[in-house]
Amino acid sequence: MIGDYTYYEFSSILAMQAFAGLILFSVFVMMALGLAIIFGQMGVINMAHGEFMILGAYVTYFTSIFFEHYLPSLFGIYFFLAMILAFIVSGALGMFVEWAMIRHLYKRPLDTLLATWGLSLILQQFYRSVFGAREVGVTLPEYLLGSISLTDIIEVPINGLFVMGLTLLITFGVWFLMYRSGWGKKVRAVIQNRVMAGAVGINTKMVDRMTFGLGCGIAGVAGSAFTMIGSTGPTAGQLYIVDTFLVVVFGGAASLLGTIASAFTISQAQSTMEFFMSGSMAKVLTLLTVVGILMLRPQGLFALKIRR
Amino acid sequence: MNFANPFFTRREWAAFAILAVLLILVFPASVDAFRLNLIGKYLTYAFVALGLVLCWGYGGILSLGQGVFFGLGGYCMAMFLKLEASSPENTAIQSTPGIPDFMDWNQLTSLPWWWEPFHSLPFTLVAVVAVPVIFAFIIAFAMFTRRVGGVYFAIITQAIAAILTILIIGQQGYTGGVNGITDLRTMLGWDIRTDEAKTILYFVNACLLLGCLLIAQLVKITKFGRLMIAIRDKEDRVRFSGYNVAGFKIFIFCFAAALASVGGAMFTLQVGFMSPSFVGIVPSIEMVIFAAVGGRLSLFGAIYGALIVNGAKTAFSESFPELWLFAMGGLFIAVVMAFPNGLAGLVRSHVEPLIGRLFSGLGWGRTAAADATPAE
Repeated sequence: MIGDYTYYEFSSILAMQAFAGLILFSVFVMMALGLAIIFGQMGVINMAHGEFMILGAYVTYFTSIFFEHYLPSLFGIYFFLAMILAFIVSGALGMFVEWAMIRHLYKRPLDTLLATWGLSLILQQFYRSVFGAREVGVTLPEYLLGSISLTDIIEVPINGLFVMGLTLLITFGVWFLMYRSGWGKKVRAVIQNRVMAGAVGINTKMVDRMTFGLGCGIAGVAGSAFTMIGSTGPTAGQLYIVDTFLVVVFGGAASLLGTIASAFTISQAQSTMEFFMSGSMAKVLTLLTVVGILMLRPQGLFALKIRR
Repeated sequence: MNFANPFFTRREWAAFAILAVLLILVFPASVDAFRLNLIGKYLTYAFVALGLVLCWGYGGILSLGQGVFFGLGGYCMAMFLKLEASSPENTAIQSTPGIPDFMDWNQLTSLPWWWEPFHSLPFTLVAVVAVPVIFAFIIAFAMFTRRVGGVYFAIITQAIAAILTILIIGQQGYTGGVNGITDLRTMLGWDIRTDEAKTILYFVNACLLLGCLLIAQLVKITKFGRLMIAIRDKEDRVRFSGYNVAGFKIFIFCFAAALASVGGAMFTLQVGFMSPSFVGIVPSIEMVIFAAVGGRLSLFGAIYGALIVNGAKTAFSESFPELWLFAMGGLFIAVVMAFPNGLAGLVRSHVEPLIGRLFSGLGWGRTAAADATPAE
């Protein structure tokens, strides 16, 4: 017996809480992956990352409306098309932003931070003016609704499972792209030694632009997945930006494995503590612990050993 | 060194005189009490911007958490005023008279121990500066002795701003929650809500600001200021020359925090409340833009930057609320991409040569070489 619960009930509650943590983990990982690519690999702080994510969410929303009205027979598969569209739209905007703004500021990382914050304000107000201040949600296809009962207490929502599967897929895709493809090799070469990479014939400017676009595109897919578990508003992106930056920094920038591990730690810690205390205190304690650890170990959990 | 480095150059004396006349004579004479109070509110942000010029422009340390220190200073002041407003006679209708109203609403039956010392004004005045500075010292000590800087420092200060906001909102019974500490009335029996009191507070604020400007200038022109620039531009070389780099950075960060806290306390006095909406991420980063618009290397620019951006914000929000965020976002991008030295840079490159031509022969032509390059 623990408190008012039997041991069986208590372990079930812990399991449910852990599952809620896993969904949070999925969202964190997807947001953080894009950010880790941009920040970790390029050293650019993109404060507008949340807004790229929301762009993906809006693209998904409009695709769902389009399918509802014009192609109701294909409604079941709209989500896959929406994700691809979200990736393309966010990625294209990201490449445009890199061309117009970021490439002039590579030597001034603090200024990039301010400029992208300005961009995020403009995008937010743009969403509000064009799409309205109201939060919107998408209609899910039949097969994503409901939940699976594992035991008589533990129930697992299907859309949560779907998001997790998606996260797994995207993580694998990013890993493959960065560590197994020729393009990833170029990216890593540019990070390690920009001048030498240029000297052996890699178009470093193009690699920068593609990397930034890829990071923003992943943010768009994250936003697309986000619509399945929550509603979207113009300012929803800002809610996650601090947590995501902490995830990336905590994991040790430039380390994909570190990003995933730290997203897991932070999300599990937060959702487990939420059971024992109020949500806001759980968040305060989690973030404080992360900041505290970062003060003791500023290079993060999994740091690359670089001689400076 | 002191001969080569006078306290103010002649141009700076002129700028200081213009600013003083503007704050002490022109504004009070030309606007009504309501607008004067608004200007006073903008000027409280100028304290923060002054600190940021030293810390960010000269030291290269971008803090996205200045709202934390502004807020802590403001909350310390608000706690004193709130306790005075919650005398047992004023709060007789509560179930527990003598404690602030929001505590009563949240079923608290006695004053928390850490509220007790704020019954005393001298303690409060010390706490207004001491609490934020100690907090800043802890952050800066932990980070700078481990040589964390640049974007990492910015992100962590931002996270701290987020944490403090969540904490204040979550602990409603102790802090007043999302509404903040409101309904402040008197300070040692002196009603701060009348127009007359607000005018007096405006003058106190303006004089304090000019005083802080002089102190900041003192920090800037001494050897310490030179070292800050050296650290910004080539930290390792300063370290190898035998200086304790972390110590200098800790000092400048604490100094900026102290300036912000004075601003926060004056804000509470003039506006009459304090809430978490002046602590979090958004206000903190807005404070950076005040310094950036004015010119991140110019102390005078910081004050004008705070006045202009806030004035524009009020004007826009009154007539075209939906355009303000566009304007603000555009300002962030423009100030970074096109005018990294802000208004002060524009004045230096366009206005001063013009004045120099008009008054040639009066010693206007000199320019300070150290200020010419923008910070990182």
